[in-house]
Amino acid sequence: MNATEDPRWFRALLALLAILTGLLLLALPLAAVFAEALRRGWDVARAAILEPDTLAAIRMTLIVAAISVPLNTVGGLAAAWCIAKHDFPGKRLLLVLVELPLSVSPVIAGLVFVLVFGLQGWLGPWLQARGIQVIFALPGLVLATLFVTFPFVARTVLPLMQDQGRAEEEAAATLGASGWQIFQRVTLPNIRWALLAGVLLCNARAMGEFGAVSVVSGHIRGQTNTMPLHVEILYNEYQFAGAAAVAALLALLGLVTLVAKSVLERLSGRRVSGAEGAPMRMLTVVSGGLLLPFVQV
Amino acid sequence: MRSPIRSGRRALLAAPALLALPARAQRPRELLNVSYDPTREFYRDYNAAFARDWQAQHQQPVRVNTSHGGSGRQARAVIDGLAADVVTLALAYDVDAIAERGLIARDWIARLPQNSAPYTSTIVFLTRKGNPKGLRDWPDLVRPGIAIITPNPKTSGGARWNYLAAWAAAQRHGQDPEAFLAQLFRQVPVLDTGARGATTTFVQRNQGDVLLAWENEAHLALQEFGAERFEIVYPPLSILAEPSVAMVDANVERRGTRDLAEAYLRGLYAPAGQEAAATHFYRPRDPALLAKNARRFPTLDLVTVDGAFGGWAAAQRTHFSEGGVFDRIYRPGR
Repeated sequence: MNATEDPRWFRALLALLAILTGLLLLALPLAAVFAEALRRGWDVARAAILEPDTLAAIRMTLIVAAISVPLNTVGGLAAAWCIAKHDFPGKRLLLVLVELPLSVSPVIAGLVFVLVFGLQGWLGPWLQARGIQVIFALPGLVLATLFVTFPFVARTVLPLMQDQGRAEEEAAATLGASGWQIFQRVTLPNIRWALLAGVLLCNARAMGEFGAVSVVSGHIRGQTNTMPLHVEILYNEYQFAGAAAVAALLALLGLVTLVAKSVLERLSGRRVSGAEGAPMRMLTVVSGGLLLPFVQV
Repeated sequence: MRSPIRSGRRALLAAPALLALPARAQRPRELLNVSYDPTREFYRDYNAAFARDWQAQHQQPVRVNTSHGGSGRQARAVIDGLAADVVTLALAYDVDAIAERGLIARDWIARLPQNSAPYTSTIVFLTRKGNPKGLRDWPDLVRPGIAIITPNPKTSGGARWNYLAAWAAAQRHGQDPEAFLAQLFRQVPVLDTGARGATTTFVQRNQGDVLLAWENEAHLALQEFGAERFEIVYPPLSILAEPSVAMVDANVERRGTRDLAEAYLRGLYAPAGQEAAATHFYRPRDPALLAKNARRFPTLDLVTVDGAFGGWAAAQRTHFSEGGVFDRIYRPGR
């Protein structure tokens, strides 16, 4: 007996259960954040977000994501390309390394950087003598974020690359294409949608990361706070409406990312040639809309 | 098909402009105050006043940045390289820990008046309105069924004061202090890392029957959430808490901020600083100002760390260090 032979009522019940669980565990808390954010009115929420320290936190989050996402895109792509298209000693080790951040607690990731770059750490005194601040400053935040978000691009792209095998690349090679040409004309077009999806996931995590950046941030208001850290600070200062407003904005950024990702996935499934420009257009519109509130200040 | 890509590219090019800081007339000098948890509101006021005064006297804009968290954790961050110009922590030991690494002069405590503690505080009970469990004194806390909220003494300065106050009270009542503390911590459902976390656990998440809190933190909770929900109970005996302030010599030397840091800390002893402290429920050192606020700061029997525990170094070694009394009595999940 397989799933399709189950009675209709049973399948409906299962679906209902799954949807209810999803609503209860995921949608309800999210709705609560938005409700709390708007409880004291739109103006309070808007004022909380336009407060200078909050804007600084938003700016910091965007800067950190803007640096770490492209780096991890290139790095993740390179790792996936090596693993899927080449055989070399240490390949399994590389795979383990790529997945390491998924299994290590983010707090440990943060701590590692404190141990290496902290004043009592290996490189701390050397760095300080040269006036370079790594942890408790932007470089530390970027490093921690890079570490935590490294697997996302590689893990999204890798299964597709492995599925597609090496036949097309080998064909291109026999026709005399260089490695770079093969990558640009064969590999990249094959994986572009998965790559975009991976980049979006990576971005969502980069903006939302709390544990690792909390360890290396130093929590200086208006300077080294990212949005998730600022939510905690506002909460701890009894500014619950403000905390909820920033949390809602952060959730919104994540939601937009998810929607964009599922749209991309559908497009990649269809591969309709005419729709090629659409995702890019949609991204531009969405990100433009998101940035609008900040342009005014 | 091309134009959206091009406009996307243009949006990317515009992004850095959005991220850039707004232009400022004169770049302000910066000072970083790394402080403990419940001082947020107090230093927000004091920083504004200090910046105003400095601007008036030196025609120089100043921006005071702050970082708050559990006192022990904050000291650790400074040790690890957080570039604090001044630290304003919950207790002398945390400043000593930084001094031990050579970042602060060893004799820091004598550099400013009154043990380098410009304001004091004590530990009180915050209960639900009407004190439904009738908690009046320390022995009441360990009655069966009382849930106590206090943060982790390993990371929080306030929690260490709570612990020592309870210890002194148990001794005064002729009880075995170690057994008393063991029972007390058995009745703690959550250990937050800092005082503020513990307060939100009690106040916002409605956990526990009593919060062991800084006097100032309890008053602030009353002010924020209304006296109709909570009540402050002064036990007959508590501890004199002296939150310490110090300049971080290594950092002010490197950053050229010694004059600012010096003025910032001295200002805490001046009338305006003392006034701000009293406003935020810290007991001012100025006797006249303290007398004026006598209703807000009732007198109670206060033991001192030096008197009852032989100073912070000894107290830390005996109670809170690795393998100390706290490690012996506290087992999580019990």
